[in-house]
Amino acid sequence: MNEPNHFRRIVIASVVLSAIATPIVVAVIAPNLPPGDSSSAASGQVYDNTVLFGIVTPIAASILVFFAYSLVAFRRRADGPAEGLAVRGDERVSVWWLAVTTVIVIFLAAFGTVELADAGAGGGQGPDPAFKPDGKAMPVQVIAQQWEFTYRYPTYGGIETAHLELPVGQQVAFHVTSLDVIHSFWAPKLGVKADANPGVDNIAYVKPDEEEPFEIHCNELCGLWHGYMFDTGQVVSDAEFLRWIHNQQRVFAPAAKVLPKYSNHYFPEPDRRGG
Amino acid sequence: MNGAVARQPAWRRLVGFNLLSGIVLGIVGFYVGWWLGHQIHARSLEFFEDTNQNDVALMLGYIFAVLGFLGGLGFANYPLARMVGRGRTHVEGETQGVGRYFRLCTDHKVVGIQYLCGVGLFFFIAGLNAMLIRTELLRPTPQVFGAGNYLTLVGLHGTMMMGIMTSGVLGPFANYFVPLMIGARRMAFPRIESLTFWLLMAAGTILMTTLFFGGFPTGWTGYAPLNDQANFGFDSYIFFFALVGISMTLLGVNMITTIVSMRAPGLTWRRLPIFCWGALSTGALMVLAAPVLIAVLLMVAFDRGAQTSFFLASAGGSPYLFQNLFWFFGHPEVYVLALPGFGVVLEILPVFARKPLWGYRVAVAGIVGVALLSFFVWQHHLFVSGLNSSLRPFYMFSTEAISVPTGLVFLAGMGTLWRAKIRYTVPMLFCLAWFFNFFVGGASGVFLSDVPSDVATHGSFFVMAHFHYTIMGGLVFTFFAAIYYWVPKMFGVMLNERLGKIHFWAMFISFNSTFFPLFALGLMGMPRRVVTYPSHLQPLNVWVSISAFVLGASMLVFLANVVYSLLIARKPAPHNPWDSKSLEWQTPTPIPANDYERQPTIDSDPYEYGIPAAPPEPAEAPASG
Repeated sequence: MNEPNHFRRIVIASVVLSAIATPIVVAVIAPNLPPGDSSSAASGQVYDNTVLFGIVTPIAASILVFFAYSLVAFRRRADGPAEGLAVRGDERVSVWWLAVTTVIVIFLAAFGTVELADAGAGGGQGPDPAFKPDGKAMPVQVIAQQWEFTYRYPTYGGIETAHLELPVGQQVAFHVTSLDVIHSFWAPKLGVKADANPGVDNIAYVKPDEEEPFEIHCNELCGLWHGYMFDTGQVVSDAEFLRWIHNQQRVFAPAAKVLPKYSNHYFPEPDRRGG
Repeated sequence: MNGAVARQPAWRRLVGFNLLSGIVLGIVGFYVGWWLGHQIHARSLEFFEDTNQNDVALMLGYIFAVLGFLGGLGFANYPLARMVGRGRTHVEGETQGVGRYFRLCTDHKVVGIQYLCGVGLFFFIAGLNAMLIRTELLRPTPQVFGAGNYLTLVGLHGTMMMGIMTSGVLGPFANYFVPLMIGARRMAFPRIESLTFWLLMAAGTILMTTLFFGGFPTGWTGYAPLNDQANFGFDSYIFFFALVGISMTLLGVNMITTIVSMRAPGLTWRRLPIFCWGALSTGALMVLAAPVLIAVLLMVAFDRGAQTSFFLASAGGSPYLFQNLFWFFGHPEVYVLALPGFGVVLEILPVFARKPLWGYRVAVAGIVGVALLSFFVWQHHLFVSGLNSSLRPFYMFSTEAISVPTGLVFLAGMGTLWRAKIRYTVPMLFCLAWFFNFFVGGASGVFLSDVPSDVATHGSFFVMAHFHYTIMGGLVFTFFAAIYYWVPKMFGVMLNERLGKIHFWAMFISFNSTFFPLFALGLMGMPRRVVTYPSHLQPLNVWVSISAFVLGASMLVFLANVVYSLLIARKPAPHNPWDSKSLEWQTPTPIPANDYERQPTIDSDPYEYGIPAAPPEPAEAPASG
């Protein structure tokens, strides 16, 4: 029986397909995927995705080639033998496979950890963040309740606004909390996502790089009108931000008197339960 | 005896311990509990009088309904008889005829078919909910159901699929075939085996009753404190999942005991069919994970019914506690859904590749490794929750590490295809599709396990696409593979091949066309479980909805196949149509009541296919990725 060298064919086809597909995915597709480069966190996530695509693409290409080849070459032909080859395994292949996948996994975990160390990559890190950015960050409190977000600026007298504006190029620390059920503060373009838990101060860092509006969504099912809990924020220049915040301070001055004192979290309705 | 039963008039046969009595006593029990609950609350809290928000009444109603249902089916007979010193009262299992499918029956073959029909019923109900969800999402603003009903549909679809389908493969196929594969004649605990099935049916019915009580707005995760705030339609969620949890635990105990202690002589661990390894690992996960679910739901029930505050931050509890407990169950749970699929694929592959299973030990290591690791990853569901930010690298690593044993399962499958002689039957097509679907699911899982990437995709449609690829692509495809593969043995009838292939291609193509775009929708900023979305996402959502409708229609092809093949054509199946070497195919069809006349002894694993390679062949190996 004259068997062609299937293994060599598959390897060559895999290498060729990977060599074509990987540069296209890594250089053209992945960098242009959301969330884009509007902020430090967003561009970090895009970089992360690009590297992951760079690893996944050749693996996917090889698996695809293997199956495409095998399903055609190893099909049962009407005039051919009915039974396959009775091999029951190969120690060498198994060990190599195990070694390669383990190395990939260790690399992925190490890479992810390094990337995460960059100020937590825009994710909510709880009251005591493990990964902080360099320098000072402007705190902005995000208060979630059914079914809207409001924002407090402790550096500007703790005023509460119904709209989120951020100065461009300024490191921001979002302090996300909730007044009732669990919500999640998600600004896709900024690359920020942090759950809003009642009684918890969940901190997420981001530095917006572009002056533009951005969408805000609640990302955790929070009851009936969850689908309507969205908002639009705005990244503006320093001068415009100061103008806006001073205006807000003036407009909300009467409200400031009845607002609760700025705090990391609030319990508006002390619960009668004790158990 | 059997002849006498057959001659009785119809009404006489309906009386006794069967499904009908179960339903009647269940309804009676419900109203007893309901009345009792109102008595309790009317005395303590006058507020609840004449309102329909009385959680205690509903919970008691469900408890008494389940007790009445099980009592009516006859589950109390044996324990009661033993308590008063009598032996087995009645031929519980060995009744003949159609009637045995509607009562407590201890024949594992009957329970398997009961499971197949019961699970199939709820699978189609939950699938119909998905169709309704996609109907609503045709428009960016709610036009059909409105926000509240939409959330109930989402919750029903998710909860029913995640709950009932835990037994999707193990219930019908492991109960039926594990005893046959290991030459055991029965499961270790036949009454418990029947109990797991009827508990599941009670659970599914209870979940459906949420429609009478206003539904629930929490999705299948039922996070606190939203679950405390939800109206009393949520109580049906609690009882549904608690009953499913009990059913899972018992099913797991039964599987483990059967496989560990009832194998035929000569069936060593090295010769155990790989499907049994899948069932064994799944059973272990069920036993270890499901009790946590029952416990956490008990706490939720107390929070709602008895005003405790386990999960209420404002009164000293912690919502994180709920999330931790829930996902400690929830992550093994998704492997409870996936692992039987691994077993089915690796079991069926050698039969149609006409080769021995490649790397038996590799495959076992893969399945067992996934099962073990699944307990160490649950906090990846909490990556942006603000809990334990310093532990994130660990959970990132442990989650990514699961791809190593999963890779071993892939290796075993790919090795089995190497220089095979593949026969493209319908079950084989479904198994091959598994590789594609699970690879897409696994590769997207790499992105979700990486924390920075996860921040972008967490809780979005990207996640939804991911777990539909792993669970629908991983479990439902293998569920159908198992149906097409084993129905000839279970019903003695071949399913139509042509309709089967139409079903497969329609399902495979529309499945991918439904769920692949969801990755894009997630990246573009569409959160899960929203009833509205930005209008620029509408074209893609319409595409997904239409694909979903085609996917739903492909299920109708399957139903048509079942009706045509089982009721109309009735092409009798030979006792071993696939030419399999596995033990269960060596029995005559239909299988005798006692399975094996003589105790089988086993001297090899069931994968003795293929022609031995003449010389050792160097450099022959599957491609490594």
